[in-house]
Amino acid sequence: MSTSVRSDPAAGRPAAGNPGVPVLRTLAAHTWWMTGRRLKVLAKQPAFVVIMLVQPAIWLFLFGNLFRRVVELPGFGAGDYLDYIVPGVVVMTAVSSNMWAGMGLLEEIERGTLNRLLTTPVFRSAIMNALVAEQAISTAVQVLAIMLLGLLAGADYPGGVAGLVVLLVAALLLGTVFSALSNTIGMLVRQRETIIGVNTLLLLPLTFLSSAFMAESLMPSWMRAIADANPVNWALDAARAAMTADPDWGVVAVRCGWLALAAAAMVFLSTRTFRAYQKSV
Amino acid sequence: MSHAVTADQLHKSYPGGVKALDGLSLDVRAGEVFGLLGPNGAGKSTTVKILTTLARPDSGTAVVAGHDVLRHPERVRREIGVVAQRSALDPMASGRDNLTLQGRIFGVRGTALRRRVGELLDRFDLTGAADRVVRGWSGGMQRRLDVALALVHRPGVLFLDEPTTGLDPEGRAAMWAEIGRLAADESMAILLTTHYLDEADRLAARLAIVDGGRIVAHGTPAHLKEELRGDAVHLELRQPPDEPTARQVIALVPGLREVALDGRRLSARADDGAAAVPAALAALESAGIGVAAVTVARPSLDDVYLRHAGRRFAA
Repeated sequence: MSTSVRSDPAAGRPAAGNPGVPVLRTLAAHTWWMTGRRLKVLAKQPAFVVIMLVQPAIWLFLFGNLFRRVVELPGFGAGDYLDYIVPGVVVMTAVSSNMWAGMGLLEEIERGTLNRLLTTPVFRSAIMNALVAEQAISTAVQVLAIMLLGLLAGADYPGGVAGLVVLLVAALLLGTVFSALSNTIGMLVRQRETIIGVNTLLLLPLTFLSSAFMAESLMPSWMRAIADANPVNWALDAARAAMTADPDWGVVAVRCGWLALAAAAMVFLSTRTFRAYQKSV
Repeated sequence: MSHAVTADQLHKSYPGGVKALDGLSLDVRAGEVFGLLGPNGAGKSTTVKILTTLARPDSGTAVVAGHDVLRHPERVRREIGVVAQRSALDPMASGRDNLTLQGRIFGVRGTALRRRVGELLDRFDLTGAADRVVRGWSGGMQRRLDVALALVHRPGVLFLDEPTTGLDPEGRAAMWAEIGRLAADESMAILLTTHYLDEADRLAARLAIVDGGRIVAHGTPAHLKEELRGDAVHLELRQPPDEPTARQVIALVPGLREVALDGRRLSARADDGAAAVPAALAALESAGIGVAAVTVARPSLDDVYLRHAGRRFAA
């Protein structure tokens, strides 16, 4: 969560209420309250939490078995397919979970809770970023579960803890890009169908136009060109570079830097949508 | 400062060309209950949305609790409490959690917050259900919690957007009683929108009738009714009379005017209806026209609405 702590001058900074309390601390507190409020609701839906954890396990099992023998392709460059797809499943999970964040926003709009909050001094960006933070926290839980499952199934993590941390960070940054994008779409179009359509359209192409399940070196060259511009692939590049026995920290830094920039830009854009909302409400 | 709310020439159109406000102006004095009365689509909710900083007008200005809603929305938000037309609670949170979070947002902390939450739960008779999630609460209870939420920080201006719409008669009576108690608190101004004439009549010290995005009439309920000059007198005759005779007879009764005859039904206005009735009865009887029933009615806001909006009020 790189950008949840950020002042938001145009969209209404709560001033003067607690003189002496720095704005950033108030913003952090608001973001935390707004996030806690949503996590409480999540905790009351145990079935959803279970599904959230079972789904990546299925992917790990399904893809792990289905494509087990692709490592035998000349030039694939990895020894064991399970080792190879742990980051793939992590990244796909991050995208597929976070891209539904906008649904939470639509729910807030339909329940009238968004409008209620907007007439209080709460930071506008805290409302929006709570949805991103909520997704990031559930993504972190999912990612840890996948890593653990992979370990139990016999995957090797030659990059050690440092490699896994990079994988987690890359997944969270990538998730933020997509949750903030989903919030932006939700706020602008205010239609569930649009979010469902965009997600169905994007998930598989974004996943398969990356090295999630297939080595980039085996892709047609035009696909490789697209993959280079695909944030999903940036996350995988960073993770794969860190998860080897001999990590390439330069690649990690550059790719994570791009992801952080993309995440910051999307979060900024999503908080700007309050202006459009104010015009149409 | 004598005005809690001032709106001046508000205009607003929605995408698609729907004109919601067409130069609406109003002012609410400190400590009073001001009623905004009009049918659905008249512009009441849009007005509330602009005054509560939720929406921006295309043009016009508004000052709420001393702050300009466009230039300092964040200052306005600290001073107002808002009850929206539809309930806006966190359905999966308990009543207490809903209130506590709302209090925190307004900077109420610790013991003061706990005390305030307990106080509001008591006052709105919600203590028994306080720790259950509000999804299972009745509509009336949810509505009362909406109002409690709006009061948690002791706002100087309270907006109630159709607070009783959708409530059963019992719930409405309870809400009226509560608004009546709120009105007694002179440190708080209340802007109440409603499409119920009786509600505006009963609760508002002053009111404005909105139609087509503009105020078409405003004043105290009594003053608005007085503008109609007098009571309505309805006489039900035993049989359809000879019209010229009846008109001639009734025209001689002092104090009656605007006489209308429709079959057996004779209507007129009188400055003092009760005083005019005996003379009217005597005159009609002496002309051999029997009267079956008499009613005298004070003009209602319905009559006011009819006169200013040019049509019957249909909520």
